[in-house]
Amino acid sequence: MSASCLNSLPFFLHPSSLVSLIPVSLYGNFPLVNGISLGAIYALIALGYTMVYGVLKLINFAHGDVFMVGAFTGYYLANGLGVRAASSLMSNPEASSIGRLLSRGILGGGVAEPSLVTALIVMLLVMVICAILGVIIERFAYRPVRKYSRLTALITAIGVSLLLENGGQLVFGADPKSYPQLIAARNISLPGGVTVTNQDLIVLVIALGLMVALQFIVYRTKTGKAMRAVSFNLQSAKLMGINTDRIIAFTFALGSALAAAAGVLVAIRIPRIDPLMGILVGLKAFVAAVLGGIGNIPGAVLGGLLIGLTETMVVGYLSPTYKDAVAFAILILILLFRPTGLLGSVAQEKV
Amino acid sequence: MPRFARNLLFALVVIAVLYGIDYVLLNGVGSFQLTPYVARVVMLAGVAVTLAVSLNLINGYTGQFSIGHAGFMAVGAYSSAYFTVNYGERMAQALGGGLHGAFIEFFLATIIGALFAAIAGLVVGVPSLKLKGDYLAIVTLGFGQIIVVVLNNIEAVGAARGFSGIPIVKSFFWIALVAVATIAIVYNIVNSAFGRALISIREDELAAEAMGVNTTRYKVMAFVISSAMAGAAGVLFAHCFDGYLNPKSFEFLKSFEILIMVILGGLGSIVGSIIGAITLTVLPEVLREFAEYRMVIYSLLLIILMITRPQGLLGGIDPFKGWRARRAAKSRTEAEEITAEDTRHAVSVDKEGIER
Repeated sequence: MSASCLNSLPFFLHPSSLVSLIPVSLYGNFPLVNGISLGAIYALIALGYTMVYGVLKLINFAHGDVFMVGAFTGYYLANGLGVRAASSLMSNPEASSIGRLLSRGILGGGVAEPSLVTALIVMLLVMVICAILGVIIERFAYRPVRKYSRLTALITAIGVSLLLENGGQLVFGADPKSYPQLIAARNISLPGGVTVTNQDLIVLVIALGLMVALQFIVYRTKTGKAMRAVSFNLQSAKLMGINTDRIIAFTFALGSALAAAAGVLVAIRIPRIDPLMGILVGLKAFVAAVLGGIGNIPGAVLGGLLIGLTETMVVGYLSPTYKDAVAFAILILILLFRPTGLLGSVAQEKV
Repeated sequence: MPRFARNLLFALVVIAVLYGIDYVLLNGVGSFQLTPYVARVVMLAGVAVTLAVSLNLINGYTGQFSIGHAGFMAVGAYSSAYFTVNYGERMAQALGGGLHGAFIEFFLATIIGALFAAIAGLVVGVPSLKLKGDYLAIVTLGFGQIIVVVLNNIEAVGAARGFSGIPIVKSFFWIALVAVATIAIVYNIVNSAFGRALISIREDELAAEAMGVNTTRYKVMAFVISSAMAGAAGVLFAHCFDGYLNPKSFEFLKSFEILIMVILGGLGSIVGSIIGAITLTVLPEVLREFAEYRMVIYSLLLIILMITRPQGLLGGIDPFKGWRARRAAKSRTEAEEITAEDTRHAVSVDKEGIER
């Protein structure tokens, strides 16, 4: 991921440039910020996993695909809102490299003036749409199987995931799409010789903002209190008069909205999306949730940041080809030594 | 001894029949000729049967949810292909070549593939089978991905370009033999004390442990056996088709495909797995015109199946054994009554003994 992120740096656009051979580490703290912003995206998705696991004890395999749908919805919305010049240049495969150069290098970042406001509007709309999608998935796929075993629910989740992936290929087309540029890439020099891209910073700030908002909803509102009650004990919560169905649906809406936001944020960093992008990112985010302790909201954030950082470090210092194995290696280690995750509490098994 | 002789005879008949089918498939009889395409689909179905039945041992009978089966298949495929390419051919030459050499070479390749997959199964199984349900699912999935990444980085097996130049053994016989062996092994396992231990783990792990079943040990054993069989399927996949392997063919989607075969047929049903494997291999070929809708329909079917019939189409039904199961159940209740009476009797005898 870092490699394509580097593409947003102007001097990397030159294909013959030897700069791409120099390890990322030579650019000061760049991989650190890069890693944190990638980690923040993982964290946003991991939150959805962890919340759903909290209330239903279900690994929502389809969550990564909701993230993908979010990215695509953003793509169509952004095009609809008029951020289309860049994309029309870029989506043409023959002109793609030239188009990219034109849109970024010569015209200075898209013709339709990408801005933070556009990005935020797109993101909010996408969040609403995906929240609805999440509720629909819960209502029509997960609720009917809730009375069966957890395995049945897990298989259903895999089914929904496959449906979104393949449905996505059918509806959106299987080829990768170039995202309209929502925010023009710029380098920002921070004091101390550190260079970061504005995209990384914006992604980071938005993600943190969303996490704070989530924290507020979960710990300062009545619905949030009900969510916590349901995740503590669904039956008791029901006996206390909580409408558990509504709370579960709300949890799905919340998680899906966060995943959708992550979809748009990912597209800001790496403007290339395809219908299968959700599989790996979703799995890594799930690993992040397990790393932090599944069911634990701060844990998901911590896990996401750790995974993002480690992955960026591996790409920078070892080999980019191993980046997809990092998360799973971490997962296996954590399950071996601390199966409850970093912040998870040890649950006693009752007979 | 008569039982042994009967089994041996049965095995010989099976082998002869398979050999006959093999001949008909590849050479045809008189005017009856199969196109290579049809033969290929039949062979693919055979590999799928091995994969599905072996996965059923873990997912269906032991109740552990593994979704990285393609990873073990990849281990078997690559290790055996590495063997045949680097040593096997020379060995076959040294043995005088011909059918005889090829036979021994391929036999060894199958053993090696299964062995390596079993080792991989052990390495993955030991740490992860201590975990419950969901975690195991995700670890096996992660393992499958790690395998793909590692294979993408090993130059000796062609890395991301794929591994080509594998000697091809176009033989339905081997595929069918491995499939039949897998079915026989799984059938015998689930109908043995070992199998009952596995099923008890599926039904209630805590209770099984309380009854003295070393659950982790049994789970790991089932996992290793299942991995070995997946590895053997990988060997066939590597050698019986194009002589070419690519890490891409062993990604999640392959694992999910095997999983869907098992679930469609019904968890814990061998016949179900066989039917599921054949259906899901043949159906896409029949529905080639609707290729883009295929996976969408699959996934929708899967969801609908889970909602309406979570145990799968044949789950809980064993068409060839239904009457026997009923009879066994009846005699079991009788036996229980007798045992209960015996126990009461024994207790009263004991009491008398103590009183005296």
